[in-house]
Amino acid sequence: MSVADFQAVIGLEVHAQLLTATKIFCGCATAFGAEPNAYTCPVCLGMPGALPVLNEKVVEFAVRTGLALGCEIRETSVWARKNYFYPDLPKGYQISQYDLPICEHGRITIDTPEGEKTIRVRRIHMEEDAGKNVHDAAAGLTRVDLNRAGVPLLEIVSEPDLRTAEEAAEYLKQLRDILVYLGVNDGNLEEGSFRCDANVSVMRRGTSDFGTRTELKNLNSFRFIRQAIDYEIARQVEVIESGGAVVQETRLYDPDRGETRPMRSKEEAHDYRYFPDPDLPPLRLSRAFIEQVRSTLPELPRAKQARFVAELALPAYDARVLTADRALAEYFEACVSVYAGDRKKLANWFMGEVARLMNERGVSVSDVREKIPPAHFAALLGEIDKGAISNNAAKEVFSEMFRTGREPLGIISEKGLAQISDLGAIEQAVDEILAKNADSVASYRAGNQKLLGFFVGQVMKAMKGKGNPQRVNEVLRKKLGGQG
Amino acid sequence: MALTLEQVRHVAALARLALTPDEERACQQQLSVILDAMEVLSRVDTEGVEPTTSATFAEGALRPDVVQPSLGAEKAVANAPAKAGTSFAVPKILD
Repeated sequence: MSVADFQAVIGLEVHAQLLTATKIFCGCATAFGAEPNAYTCPVCLGMPGALPVLNEKVVEFAVRTGLALGCEIRETSVWARKNYFYPDLPKGYQISQYDLPICEHGRITIDTPEGEKTIRVRRIHMEEDAGKNVHDAAAGLTRVDLNRAGVPLLEIVSEPDLRTAEEAAEYLKQLRDILVYLGVNDGNLEEGSFRCDANVSVMRRGTSDFGTRTELKNLNSFRFIRQAIDYEIARQVEVIESGGAVVQETRLYDPDRGETRPMRSKEEAHDYRYFPDPDLPPLRLSRAFIEQVRSTLPELPRAKQARFVAELALPAYDARVLTADRALAEYFEACVSVYAGDRKKLANWFMGEVARLMNERGVSVSDVREKIPPAHFAALLGEIDKGAISNNAAKEVFSEMFRTGREPLGIISEKGLAQISDLGAIEQAVDEILAKNADSVASYRAGNQKLLGFFVGQVMKAMKGKGNPQRVNEVLRKKLGGQG
Repeated sequence: MALTLEQVRHVAALARLALTPDEERACQQQLSVILDAMEVLSRVDTEGVEPTTSATFAEGALRPDVVQPSLGAEKAVANAPAKAGTSFAVPKILD
């Protein structure tokens, strides 16, 4: 028996921080980087008598996310207290939702080697984040910063429909792209604003009873998610193969050692004694509100991707790259609408030069778009299409356009980057060179084809490097061959 | 419905309460009385009645997403029994 004799069963829980200006139940800012406890008030400090008031933006974002994932939106959802003691949780309970969450029964479509697969989303609920504990071993104490306490989160829980680490990573990428498109989350795994826990179990192929699951935490990159799940699958199979039993527990992934280890169990920590929060009445949503949110949904990445393939005739790979980021996709579409040439060529420029600018200079899509508006972008490609400028020279012009924000034609003439494609001018230069080098012409016609490079070089030199090399080549071949 | 002493100890542990054996027995008796009262309530036929999740009939008020002044770090920790800079300081905890 081996890993191949087992089937893994994976479910994911994502915590996504919502891009609101204020916390979920008070007006404190959600900004990062302030000194500890700068953004706190009686509500998020959990002081007696302070009452929570729900942020309307959180509700809108939750409904927007639920609709985008095809969920049913519950018109009456209920707030619950999740009770446990920890220093980063000032009230002794987290305000969350339990048996009546705001959204249920959604789905996310992912790509697998066997084709498309639909992963069911069990539920989405709203809750508050906890604060941050900083362990100071030297001073023998723990520092508690409550700036994060009360920051709004969406918890998005999948059904255990995922079967491989690759599928899990693909699901997370799709979910992250959707949340970023919706403008509800910044999609940053490393900084913890998009966090993932994975529930993993294995069962023998051919059986249908799920095995005992473990919960993996500390998965803060797509690579770690794949590594942690693969490690855990292999570990569980080994435990079962050697006659043991998988223990239900929470395990932390250690990226340095590439393994998962059990967290020291907090005694009975899973008995949260949920009950409805008496400080918050049930949240009631009107049909009209839900429909109004639905009407503001943007086109989502997969739909856009399919449309780029169908309408713009782009390869699936290009469509996926161009639609992964909403701002990039919109910039691309704006360029398509003003550029009459080859879309694939435009796509290549986006995946090549636009991506290069962003990587090398650490700038955003909107920075590039601001300096190089679609009309300028289209004008530059138009010059290449006309043969008025070489592809390499165009890249130079593109950098200059980004540096100065100017339109391309001025830069081309100023820098003398225009190339001569006019057939008359090229033929004249070719005739002159051939007349001056009668011996070499004879040698070429006698079979010394290597001399073509020499002629090209001479003609380009005579044209001060401005000749369109492709046309110079064509004219030379015609004249040298045609008379032979 | 009589609670067992085990159940009392479990609930006490969750609430981080250290009870003496006498207190455990007292809680066992008092909590059981409360549960008995619930038992009486649960005999009421609630078929078709929507569960009550809140004692008020108020609609939940919503707040616009506009930043309001916070207390500020100094005030936030002013009454803390122990602090380190503007952080609350608690005995060392390790996961």
